[in-house]
Amino acid sequence: MLKNLFASRWGMVGTGVVIGVLAPLLQKLGNPGNMGICVACFERDIAGAVGLHRAPVVQYMRPEIIGFVLGALGAAYLFKEFRPRAGSAPIVRFVLGVFAMIGALVFLGCPWRAMLRLAAGDGNAILGLLGLVAGIWVGTLFLRNGYNLGRTQSTYSSVGWIMPLIMLGFLVLMIIFPQVEGQPQSGILFYSQKGPGSMHAALPVSLIMGLGIGFLAQRSRFCTMGAFRDLILFGQTHLFSGVVALIVTAFVMNLILGQFHAGFEKQPVSHTMHLWNFAGMLVAGLAFALAGGCPGRQLFLAGEGDGDSAVFVLGMIVGAGFSHNFGMASSPEGIGPHGIAAVVVGLAVCLFIGFTMRKVAVRETSGAESPVAKKPASA
Amino acid sequence: MHAMVDARGLSCPQPVLATLDQIKVLERGEIVVLVDTDTSKENVIRAAASKGWELKGVEPQGIEYRITLEKK
Repeated sequence: MLKNLFASRWGMVGTGVVIGVLAPLLQKLGNPGNMGICVACFERDIAGAVGLHRAPVVQYMRPEIIGFVLGALGAAYLFKEFRPRAGSAPIVRFVLGVFAMIGALVFLGCPWRAMLRLAAGDGNAILGLLGLVAGIWVGTLFLRNGYNLGRTQSTYSSVGWIMPLIMLGFLVLMIIFPQVEGQPQSGILFYSQKGPGSMHAALPVSLIMGLGIGFLAQRSRFCTMGAFRDLILFGQTHLFSGVVALIVTAFVMNLILGQFHAGFEKQPVSHTMHLWNFAGMLVAGLAFALAGGCPGRQLFLAGEGDGDSAVFVLGMIVGAGFSHNFGMASSPEGIGPHGIAAVVVGLAVCLFIGFTMRKVAVRETSGAESPVAKKPASA
Repeated sequence: MHAMVDARGLSCPQPVLATLDQIKVLERGEIVVLVDTDTSKENVIRAAASKGWELKGVEPQGIEYRITLEKK
């Protein structure tokens, strides 16, 4: 019964409300401005913590991300939904993860952060959200025309355990090499001394809230990309209700906590180059749509045993490394020296994937019109 | 006689797209949809209900589900 409750409209709204409460609270407790939770930014910080890039202001092993995966794993096991599966064009999912991150870092945030920025009064988020919706809309055109990355296969439990174990390993590293006051490095981990990477809530607080959100989001299937996709594709508002709940709740929380500041200029960790805020999220939105989930959803899927989503997550972490190493990530001053090239190449790659990967799911439907539907002669 | 949609192993939103494609073709009757995740099961049932198709039954088959939808 509990299972059905979570998958209901109220389960979805409840998840949005919980994220809308916890994200501004995490900001109050130390996380960066309008970045109580940002899946892209936090995975970028993890990439920095392990030295995949050396941007000194964005290096921290974010426990929220670890919590998302492990919370989802716990929920999946508790409700017998852990399904180890993999094999649906993993290399494509990796590349989509790379360019999803590159696009998100041109805007400076994932869809979750775009909504949290909007709920805190950052007008630049409007351009990002418009870009996100435009990218998802392009993705739905491909979906309508048969875009498909092929079927997954059931596989060994240990395949589904790989990403949770990686996250557990990251947590162990954090405990073995804890942050040392005034030191940019502790053992093998990097810790920012200034900038967003230096701003964080206490480890147990971040981890527990991450675990809670991971648990809840696995149960309810919360997905910010799916919210817009299902609205455009099917006119369905189920996932969308979660997104609305998130924005409204975060808005109220920001008012209560004194974190609401309307305007475009001098917003925390954001820039005012409207075209590139739009275009960055256009690329990210398209990549999320082609990969079947927003960055948060990919973490929750990875936690319930989806090896392909795990590959997407690794793509995002590696993409963050490329993004900063190649000067493609934006900063509060504006886009990076190679930000425009990043958007153009990212869009080209996503379009190539969208146009060329169609109807590869044929398994047993010889003679059928659709790759997935068939009509037997008799039942 | 019923139509069959094999959506096993397909990721979001393919199971729903395939089911809705079949619903467009049939208009009424019975459709059996095979899925292998709980999310797909929920999504297919929700999408079918929005088109007026009733859930006749869900049979767990190992790690998969056989969903029977009906419109009279």
